Amino acid sequence: MKKLFQRESVFLRRSLSLRSRLLLLVAAATVVAAAFLPLWQIRLVAPQYQEGLALYIYTHKLVGGNHGQDLPEINMLNHYIGMKPLVEEDFVEMRWMPFAFGVFALLSLRAAVIGRMLSLIDLGVSFSYFTFFSLGSFYYRLYTYGHSLNPHAPMTIKPFTPILLGSQKIANFVQTSLPEAGGVLFTLFPILIAAAIWCSRKEEP
Amino acid sequence: MKLLQQLIAPAALTGALLLFTGCNPPGKTTASSTAKPTEVNSAAARTWVAPGDKDEFYLFYSGGHSGQVFVAGLPSMRHITTIPVFGRYPGTGYGYDEESKKMLGDYTWGDVHHPGLSKTDGLYDGRWLFVNDNANNRIARIDLRDFKTRQILGPIPNSMGNHGSSFVTENTEYVLVATRFSVPLPKGRYADPNDYAKEFNGAVSGIRVDPKSGEMSVGWQIITPPFDWDLGSTGKGPSSGWAFWTSYNTEMAHDQLEANASQGERDYAAIVNWRAAEAAVKEGRATLLDGVPVLDPAKVPGVLYYLPVPKSPHGIDTDPSGRWIVAAGKLQPIASVFDFTKIQAAIEKKDFESEFRGVPVIRHDAVIEGEVPVGLGPLHTQYDGQGNAYTSLFIESAVAKWKMPPWTAEERADLNKVVLDKITVHYNIGHLVIGGSETKQPYGKYLVAMNKLSKGRHLSVGPSQPEDSELIDITGKKMQVLYETFTEPEPHFAQILKADTIKPIEVYPKAENTDPDAVWDAKDTGVTRHGRVVEVKMIAIRSHFTPDRIDAQEGDELVIHVTNVEQTPDMIHGLGIVEQNVNLVIDPGETKTVRLTMKKSGVFPFYCTNFCSALHQEMQGYLAVKPASLAEK
Repeated sequence: MKKLFQRESVFLRRSLSLRSRLLLLVAAATVVAAAFLPLWQIRLVAPQYQEGLALYIYTHKLVGGNHGQDLPEINMLNHYIGMKPLVEEDFVEMRWMPFAFGVFALLSLRAAVIGRMLSLIDLGVSFSYFTFFSLGSFYYRLYTYGHSLNPHAPMTIKPFTPILLGSQKIANFVQTSLPEAGGVLFTLFPILIAAAIWCSRKEEP
Repeated sequence: MKLLQQLIAPAALTGALLLFTGCNPPGKTTASSTAKPTEVNSAAARTWVAPGDKDEFYLFYSGGHSGQVFVAGLPSMRHITTIPVFGRYPGTGYGYDEESKKMLGDYTWGDVHHPGLSKTDGLYDGRWLFVNDNANNRIARIDLRDFKTRQILGPIPNSMGNHGSSFVTENTEYVLVATRFSVPLPKGRYADPNDYAKEFNGAVSGIRVDPKSGEMSVGWQIITPPFDWDLGSTGKGPSSGWAFWTSYNTEMAHDQLEANASQGERDYAAIVNWRAAEAAVKEGRATLLDGVPVLDPAKVPGVLYYLPVPKSPHGIDTDPSGRWIVAAGKLQPIASVFDFTKIQAAIEKKDFESEFRGVPVIRHDAVIEGEVPVGLGPLHTQYDGQGNAYTSLFIESAVAKWKMPPWTAEERADLNKVVLDKITVHYNIGHLVIGGSETKQPYGKYLVAMNKLSKGRHLSVGPSQPEDSELIDITGKKMQVLYETFTEPEPHFAQILKADTIKPIEVYPKAENTDPDAVWDAKDTGVTRHGRVVEVKMIAIRSHFTPDRIDAQEGDELVIHVTNVEQTPDMIHGLGIVEQNVNLVIDPGETKTVRLTMKKSGVFPFYCTNFCSALHQEMQGYLAVKPASLAEK
């Protein structure tokens, strides 16, 4: 046991190679870019909407496709089933998300400068927590929208949860949720951190 | 950004942050054509535009005395829409809202003959379509951004019978128009029709077009003898700055024209130097007549010449090069080809055969290139840009294809040899159109024959019969009829425009709505009373009106402004008020206003007339009008 702790302690004190530090710079750039690019896309396709209605979710804003027009259109359609309109102001996470992304960029830079394995482990763990928290909160939002339907609405449908990833059929619409460029970059971040750890796994403490 | 997305978009994040591919969102693939129903080269296959597919060209037909313009697609010939211009059209609410009512004025109809597309550098630029009103001397501009009539100018002063119109100059400086009828000028003056030759006058006019807004105004007029001007065309290339019209009553007959205007062997065509006319007006050589600068061609030499052409000609068409001008005398079986370079030389050398009221008459033989024996009743000529001309033969019910000059000595000796092909049409063809014929670069490919009689060609619909149009393939040596369709009365001329020249909007962007009475949010709507005027600001959206109750009293004036706040294509709402003759149709993003007096008490339902959504039937409300007696209590 003692040996394991010793190995752990040595591992955590390992310094970072140049390659790892460069990967960290890339990771910082990735997360900064992700903050400005759409993270996720929700797309609705129906016979009379062959071109589809798109909703792009950013860290800081909600944007409809077709020059923004798809957002009011989606809200317009949702009023028939009594769904609350999707309004940017209601998404509190859009106020702290960009800040959080900034924090991860700064922590990556800090780790690149300090050059200790420990910083990377901290970064990886906190980022994973952040990711699962965000996905969970996103899922909860989707659940709430689909389950708080106004009973006075013209149409009554069974409460539902819009799908988080993949496709499903809701009435006449096929709803598809997929990560966008920002989401992909966001995914790349932990991979880069993991790669940085890997590249310095044998460095001197 | 897009590239990045394309490279990495088909990736998805799972809990374990795995990357995988192949998740294309549905709906991105376009509907593909179903298999062609017939052999590849059959007429049916060549006109078949599969469901979901689109035509290659627009065809803008004039609607004659329906006052409308019909829009079809080529090669399918399918009617797509109707653009109302000079008459009410309940289907789009045209003529029912205050703006279009004002544009129409007191006239309930017009007679649309010759649509003309706007041009830049002698080519269609897809901005506007101008159409004339033969009946009430007006000219209208349709904006091809939204396919709506945006301006009606007229009645044009000193202009009676706006038939020789709408001929657009090379850069849309002017739309040129000429009078079919002559009257004592200015309009409103009385003279005995027996004094026709002395007291009556016609005119050719330059309708100036604002290069930015397209706003039309009368630029200048040239007063002419009462010759009954007919069709015309504008010049280009060597004939740039010139325009041409035929006339059919050089005899100046005022009664029994059928015979009395057909006595002379030749009638005069007008050769107009419109740039000189424009310059003369700028130099102050015009006099004002009914508020318009008018030129007397006897006092301003160089603006007008006459050219004798065979008996009662109809069409006079400039070819794509601008050098050849073809006039067809409907009572003689020939098409006369004039050489504009010779016309210019004759003018320079003063090679005139006579003078009429101070205007030189160019010597016919000095400028004629040849008389092509095309057939009986030649009317109009169009060009394919490959050196061929196509002339409609009214009496013969045919189209003749013939070779344009330069001709060989052998051909010149017997011009029968330049007539290459002839095809029968059904029946009595008037105009014909080849896409871009009056531009520098015709599209060729298709010719549409617009036939006056359709009898026996369609399922019988009783005595009121439609008109007949035939699509003719002109790509081969021999012409071939591909398709036949029927239209409501009455296409005269048409224009063909390549579909990709324009990109019409499909909703009116909210940001562009400048109507001071537009409202976009339910909280800004409402009914307000100012004395006896009840003003309603209303929104229409799927599937309700806000407000859906309007209270008024008998005798009130009701003003309703309704904004369709949708920004989705085809989400059109209508506002019909029963037994109140209100019919507004509001496109997405548009605001329309109607004013009416509450003449009777009662409750009048209003509803959405243009099917919009699953709950369209529920889109309704009430206009409750208290009787005067009850209201005063």
